[in-house]
Amino acid sequence: MNTPNLLPIEKLMDQCHDALRTALAEGQLSQPLMVGIHSGGVWVAEALHARLGLPDPLGKLNITFYRDDFDTLGLHPQVTPSQLPVDIDGRDVILVDDVLYTGRTIRAAMNELFDYGRPARIWLVVLFERDGRELPIAAQTVGQRLDLSPRQQIHVAGPSPLTARLVTREDPA
Amino acid sequence: MAVEFVRPKRPKLAADPWAIQFDANGHLKHLLTIEGLGAEWITRILDTAEGFMSVSNREIKKVPLLRGRTVVNLFFESSTRTRTTFELAAKRLSADVLNLNISNSATTKGESLLDTLRNIEAMQADMFVVRHEQSGAAHFIARHVAPHVSVLNAGDGWHAHPTQALLDAYTVRKLKGDFAPLRIAIVGDIKHSRVARSQIHAFNSLNVGELRVIGPRTLIPNDIEPLGVRVFHDMRAGLKDVDVIIMLRLQRERMEGGLLPTEQEFYRLYGLTEEKLDWAKPDAIVMHPGPANRGVEIESRVADGPQSVILEQVSNGIGVRMAVMALCMSAES
Repeated sequence: MNTPNLLPIEKLMDQCHDALRTALAEGQLSQPLMVGIHSGGVWVAEALHARLGLPDPLGKLNITFYRDDFDTLGLHPQVTPSQLPVDIDGRDVILVDDVLYTGRTIRAAMNELFDYGRPARIWLVVLFERDGRELPIAAQTVGQRLDLSPRQQIHVAGPSPLTARLVTREDPA
Repeated sequence: MAVEFVRPKRPKLAADPWAIQFDANGHLKHLLTIEGLGAEWITRILDTAEGFMSVSNREIKKVPLLRGRTVVNLFFESSTRTRTTFELAAKRLSADVLNLNISNSATTKGESLLDTLRNIEAMQADMFVVRHEQSGAAHFIARHVAPHVSVLNAGDGWHAHPTQALLDAYTVRKLKGDFAPLRIAIVGDIKHSRVARSQIHAFNSLNVGELRVIGPRTLIPNDIEPLGVRVFHDMRAGLKDVDVIIMLRLQRERMEGGLLPTEQEFYRLYGLTEEKLDWAKPDAIVMHPGPANRGVEIESRVADGPQSVILEQVSNGIGVRMAVMALCMSAES
């Protein structure tokens, strides 16, 4: 099994930041709101939000109530509620997560966003995009793309310092 | 000649009669009483409720957690507030809700209860929310339902009303924070109150500083002190240094014989007026599980006053009931 190297977080942040600046400059995004997905996505979003200097406060989504594996995984005891301080109706929304894998988290996040309003556009930013998609979902801005075995997982810890490491499970359950 | 008394042997209780509330993995399956939950589960329910409270403040007050599940409100005793908050809680979790108000025929109770149960089970229900005038009804139903069905007790006789106690604990925690330094007084008709019993178990599980019950001798059970309460028959002494006052409804419909001289007399001695409210701490909050009898146990000016959190209790009830429903219907992670 090959073990790809994860690029330094700071470098990935730079890339995502530059790509978003370009999207803003070229008019692909206008006056966007940024929303992070709890918890890794919120940490990444907090850093990007500060660097981009977006005027609207950062939104935070907790998708626990929208997950499709509630039957098998149960309910997380402490649920930090979602906070969307600004009306998302008709706005461009930059949705931020740490890792894009199966796509189920993003599906849940989009479902929740639509319960708050109808965004004009949702633009997905992830630090890491790996193979293993189970839904037709793609990110617009990606820090690093990786091909990993199903046994491998990217663990992101934070908020400061924000770190990422590759974990290999010995025995896939 | 000495007379020998033969005392019938008391039936032995199972080691933990409330173990039925948990599944084989120790996860909450039914909520029948506060007993057996312990601080850990109570806190977990309150924490979960906090997340659900935010759903009620959104434009679309709904999350898809229980989509496709069926919740049956099985009310053998009338109720508006409890039934509607359970109904709203289920609907905000996207469950389908069926409301059945079943008036009771006294002679065929046991049979009709099981019969009703089988019929509703045949409709593939996933959860029964049960209110019944008989103590132990929800427990009885939990013992007889199909294995996939969860049962929530929405009040049984004089026994328990666990979700009311949980929403009261939630309200106290939200407004007062930590339970340890608090003095809480439950006032009025303790004897007939399933709410009081559940509150006593809940607050003591949460290690409240001091729990008091205040009321006339006829409306406080004799053997209540071992539950962990201080008994007061005088309002002024009982309310001194109290942080939370919980007024109970005078349950005239459950009273037999002359437990009370008159409602006026009760109001004069125990009705919470502005004057008596001054005997508690200045920042004391006033709670009431509803429906409140104005002019019997509480003065209108107090019920509507700045220290009253009665309506907040109702809002919190939705979040707490959502949490209990979601936890009982979720698998353990």
